[in-house]
Amino acid sequence: MATVGEVFRRSLPETIDQVRDDSSSSSELHVLAVDDSLVDRKVIERLLKISSCKVTAVESGTRALQYLGLDGERASVGFNESSVLREIPVVVMSSENILTRIDRCLEEGAEDFLLKPVKLDDVKRLRDFIMKGDGKDGGETRIHKRKRQDDYASLSSPSPFPACDPSSPLMPSSSPSARSSKRAKLRNKD
Amino acid sequence: MEVGQMQRRLIEYTKSLFMEGILDDQFLQLQQLQDESNPDFVVEVVSLFFQDAERLLNDITSALDQQSVDFPKVDAHVHQLKGSSASVGAQRVKNGCIAFRNFCEEQNVDGSLRCLQQIKQEYYHVKNKLEALFRLEQQIVAAGGSVPMMELSF
Repeated sequence: MATVGEVFRRSLPETIDQVRDDSSSSSELHVLAVDDSLVDRKVIERLLKISSCKVTAVESGTRALQYLGLDGERASVGFNESSVLREIPVVVMSSENILTRIDRCLEEGAEDFLLKPVKLDDVKRLRDFIMKGDGKDGGETRIHKRKRQDDYASLSSPSPFPACDPSSPLMPSSSPSARSSKRAKLRNKD
Repeated sequence: MEVGQMQRRLIEYTKSLFMEGILDDQFLQLQQLQDESNPDFVVEVVSLFFQDAERLLNDITSALDQQSVDFPKVDAHVHQLKGSSASVGAQRVKNGCIAFRNFCEEQNVDGSLRCLQQIKQEYYHVKNKLEALFRLEQQIVAAGGSVPMMELSF
């Protein structure tokens, strides 16, 4: 029973080096969509393409890391250690409306949480939000920037959250008011 | 039958599927994603759903047939089926899966078997209905007409 996610990326690089070198931001979002269901991959791919995003759809977290060039043994840095990859907004999708899990996702730095089945309006709203958030104000609108491992030297690390890269434990950040507004928004989905 | 008649028949047929709760809003969402650049999108997604569902129903059947039932495994399969049926708008199948998961939690074999039967029925029912719907669409296209899109309000 996998929890799935999407990773949004602004540029269209093929390797991590290209991500670092790419200083210009293209207007098209490139989304790395992760879902273990073939049906859902096909749907999310179409939803994103119709919303003018470039899409790469993969079937698992492992494949996602491989695509990003972070495969296990070969990776010299984890998803959150890389200063470039840390900037990539992460959106979590799940068919289960479990508030504690949603809260955890948001606390650990997810940009948003989408309840499946995902609708066209959800994707459009999200894309607009992400497009507005990045750029000149460099993620100021992003409420929970994911932190680096060394930022937490003095804190104890919790067990890795299953939806994210298990090799880089994520830490909760504060801002409960932002979380509660997101929570309220998600509750209304019922 | 001329194209206009066929189109009206398709709309009435589709409406009936919604009225009976066989399909829900998500099916309309899929139709919204279909256009001239992706004219077979709905058929393609639904075909993937059929393949997925049949595989999962087989897996669930085998798993329940074991001496000692691995309920977490059954639950995982049902969760997947719930997900894909929800994604295509197969409401009754999805609801069946929701009920099924309760029996899994209780580790109730008899309840699970009854639920599985129910879900199979609902699955074959929606499969027949959707295949009929796609045939109607094909007839319209073959006669030179275009497939009417459902209104979202009703």
